Amino acid sequence: MIPAAFDYEVAESADHAIALLAEHGDDAKLLAGGHSLIPMMRYRLATPSVLVDVGRLDDLRYIRTGNGTVSIGALTRHSELEHSAELAGACPMLASVAALVGDPAVRHRGTLGGTLAHSDPASDLPAAVLALGGTIVAQGPGGSREIAATDFFTGYFESVLAADEMITEVRVPAGGGGWNYQKFNRRAQDWAIVGAAVAGGGSGVSLVNMGSTPIRASGVEAAVAGGASAAEAAAVAADGLEPPDDLNADAEYRSHLARVLTERALNAAGVA
Amino acid sequence: MTITEDAPAAHVGSRRLRKEDPALLTGEARFIDDLALPGAIWVGVVRSTEAHANIVGIDGSAALEIDGVHEVLSGADLAPLWGEGALPCAWPVTPDMKNPTHLPVATTTAKYVGDAVAVVLADSRYAAADGAAAVVVDYEPLPAVVEIEDAVADGAPLVHADLESNECYTWGLWGDNAAAVDAAFAEAAHVVSERYLQQRLIPAPMEPRGCAAVPSPAGGELTLYSATQIPHILKVMTAVVLGIPENKLRVVAPSVGGGFGCKLNVYAEEILCSALAMQRGAPVRWTEGRTEGAVSTIQGRGQVQHIEMAADAGGKVQAVRVKLLADMGAYLQLVTPGVPLLGGFLYHGCYDIPNYMFECTSVFTNRTPTDAYRGAGRPEATYAVERAMDSLAVSVGVSPEEIRARNFIAADAFPYESSAGLVFDSGDYQAVLDKAVALAGLSERRADQARRAAEGSSKRLGIGFSSYVEMCGLAPSRVLASLDYGAGGWEAATVRISPTCKVQVVTGSTPHGQGHETCWSMIVADQLGVDPDDVEVLHSDTAVSPTGLDTYGSRSLAVGGTAVYMATEKVIDKARAIAAHQLEASEDDLEFSGGVFRVRGTPEAEVPLAGIAFAAFTAHDLPDGMEPNLEAHVTYDPPNFTFPNGTHIAVVEVDTDTGDVDLIDYVAVDDCGVQINPLVVEGQVHGGILQGAAQALYEDAVYNSDGQLVSANLGDYLVPSAAEAPRFRLDSHATPSPTNPMGVKGVGEAGTIAAAPAVINAVVDALRDLGVTDVDMPASPQTVWKAIADAQGGAS
Repeated sequence: MIPAAFDYEVAESADHAIALLAEHGDDAKLLAGGHSLIPMMRYRLATPSVLVDVGRLDDLRYIRTGNGTVSIGALTRHSELEHSAELAGACPMLASVAALVGDPAVRHRGTLGGTLAHSDPASDLPAAVLALGGTIVAQGPGGSREIAATDFFTGYFESVLAADEMITEVRVPAGGGGWNYQKFNRRAQDWAIVGAAVAGGGSGVSLVNMGSTPIRASGVEAAVAGGASAAEAAAVAADGLEPPDDLNADAEYRSHLARVLTERALNAAGVA
Repeated sequence: MTITEDAPAAHVGSRRLRKEDPALLTGEARFIDDLALPGAIWVGVVRSTEAHANIVGIDGSAALEIDGVHEVLSGADLAPLWGEGALPCAWPVTPDMKNPTHLPVATTTAKYVGDAVAVVLADSRYAAADGAAAVVVDYEPLPAVVEIEDAVADGAPLVHADLESNECYTWGLWGDNAAAVDAAFAEAAHVVSERYLQQRLIPAPMEPRGCAAVPSPAGGELTLYSATQIPHILKVMTAVVLGIPENKLRVVAPSVGGGFGCKLNVYAEEILCSALAMQRGAPVRWTEGRTEGAVSTIQGRGQVQHIEMAADAGGKVQAVRVKLLADMGAYLQLVTPGVPLLGGFLYHGCYDIPNYMFECTSVFTNRTPTDAYRGAGRPEATYAVERAMDSLAVSVGVSPEEIRARNFIAADAFPYESSAGLVFDSGDYQAVLDKAVALAGLSERRADQARRAAEGSSKRLGIGFSSYVEMCGLAPSRVLASLDYGAGGWEAATVRISPTCKVQVVTGSTPHGQGHETCWSMIVADQLGVDPDDVEVLHSDTAVSPTGLDTYGSRSLAVGGTAVYMATEKVIDKARAIAAHQLEASEDDLEFSGGVFRVRGTPEAEVPLAGIAFAAFTAHDLPDGMEPNLEAHVTYDPPNFTFPNGTHIAVVEVDTDTGDVDLIDYVAVDDCGVQINPLVVEGQVHGGILQGAAQALYEDAVYNSDGQLVSANLGDYLVPSAAEAPRFRLDSHATPSPTNPMGVKGVGEAGTIAAAPAVINAVVDALRDLGVTDVDMPASPQTVWKAIADAQGGAS
């Protein structure tokens, strides 16, 4: 439970953070809220030699709405999403999902950019951004680029982010139809055993912890678009997936949960 | 009650806030890892990654490259430190019990994952951890015995090659009763035969273990600081194991963050740090990591239970027959073999069952040793009895509350001699159950349950009962002798009144979260008529409190608190003699109330305790031959156990689509005798219930077939939090124990003992009409969902 030795640098700005990443290469990791990275370091599952602390970049803590889009700074805490009146009006799903992450201590430290960059398939907010059809803005030495959430996640704890890139902003559409998030776990503080997120009245559906990435349930979306009932659409939720097998759930039970939770989420989102 | 001048404030019975809490809540309290010990050598323990393996080689070269790492020592290197000494087991339950030599650091063979195989000495905890991780151990794997029943299978590999089998002992309680038990089964109208599994549990107190041994080289003394429940027992054992003269050894338990039994032990690291500190003449310390502790600290439970009940046509149980297989783990720790016996007397529960047969075979496995964990044997017994009673109720066709009513020991039967040979002190089990039924709103719940079942709802309701009795107040020394336990069961207390009438209480009972300081102060304050804040309670340091037997088995109040009460009475007796001398009255004519001695019938003739205290200090005018000062010491050996009891009712909602169990209501009516501080009692009951519900729903030390613990961290080992806690609705029904002067019984384990069967009975009750008759613990959503699917014919 004691991490390997590492150096620590404080980034003064996003540009500075990216410069530090460029300087230290693959050995460096960005530290934001630290509630995923530090436990992994304590188990020595992660052994970065340099931590670049971006947790003080308060100019990347914001929630702005305009032109039908909600733009959220990468360092915005989950608790800020949870309690933002602006977000509650513009994208209540994201506020609601943020309130289900971990426990209050985690939500006061954890950041939206951090949880996306960490790319844990069992995390809540990445799946929500995926269902919402969000966009991730990443800055690197050559400037910024926009990445669709559907293109962002590539594997367990892996994304298309380059080693010298940093997420600066996350954008999701404002408004936009019925939504719901079903999180199934045994203790309030835990990751989802399975989760199902529905946005846009069923046009965006994603699953948590059903594979190596947050998964866009395109089969369910297509069924809904084709006029299927919630039950019919949910029936295909686990088709073709290879969910993990762990102490809480084997693959068979996870697939069952995915169907049950998807149906519940679709129903709650207004899909009959 | 109304407080008047005639009736001084009674602190006992009031919800007084705990005096311990400000220091704990502000961080002022000092735990083992807070101790500043400049120049200390930090120990990192290299632990076996194999369940069973010969240690072929230990390569410390990479570790020694690390800055701050100074030495890597193998078990063989360390062996001279303990010579013939080995980790102690104080409870040889049978003369032929097998007790393999248990060295603090293994020399030739690792017997479980977590077994210490080498030690790193370093400048800091960080360097010690880095060093331990860098030591390369060459193992030659051996076949491992992981599951309990595999240990007794034909051809099972041997955990200890020098023993002829994996059986540690077989202990039985049947006397000449076997024929009567058999006859009862032959004549029974209803026979229940059940097999239950008690999974292994990780105690997981908030503070992990740790110790620090500090020598005084000039004087040859050693002070051992340890996060322990038992500084007094640890002192004796350390002295014996290492041959340190007991007068040269002091043991201190600083603030200790819980134990639940896992700190009722003498551990390898305590012996190791003590021996190294003596050898090196420098402080040597070790602090346990959380995942380290999952395998290096004892685990709880680990039994396969077979219980049979024979009942007549009316459901009156005539006999109970129990066979246990109990998992000792790889070695015997301090009281490992005795844990099943503590339940062995209670497999008739709170019922009047005339014929009794209990047998336990305990086995070695290649897993972390087991030992006492909150309830220690009694939760297991209660689980089996209460689950089986529900099965019997189904067989007889009556409700759970009715089957219990037909079998309870009657209120007028006390003192009640049980068929297992105990004498129960007091109780009114039916009254307790009736209270619980009323509090639970049982008829409304049942109506709701029936409505949901009739509608085919996917949210089924289940109501589960658990009526329990436990034996607490461990223990009469002569009874312990009859069970071959290696120590007595008394407790000691000293009470001193200072010249300014402040009170010092020295207790041999060692708190680690219970609230001794608060409760002892309240008891003494009422006896002496002083303010509880004027009572100081000293404990947990053998230099301050040299005599004691510490804290476990819900013994603190019933034994330690009684000792404090009796010592205070002794001080009052002395003060009375001085008061009589001053007032020129007969002691028999004096009454003592509210801190003042008065001559009966002569109200103006009075002297306050404060005056007596000062007079005892100056000693200018004491009765002839009387020693100065007000001080008394008592060692109290209880004449009997105490028998707390109660009925708990759990209400669960089971989501049949997901298997999720929601504990929506929990009613507990407990008889722990007279309550000193209901706030403290409720805290114990709340925590106890959640810990029992945790076994029922969440916690499981899962081993794979290779003997690896796969739930070794708090992400995988699901200790529930406050968010998972049910609504606790508590009441009490005190029948004062006649065993001790305050009528107290103890409450530290009650909730844990009662809760698991209440919750599982509720889950089964919710699903019975779907064909489910049993659900293993922990009743995880997947387990429940699969149980429903199996009962429905396997389709999902």
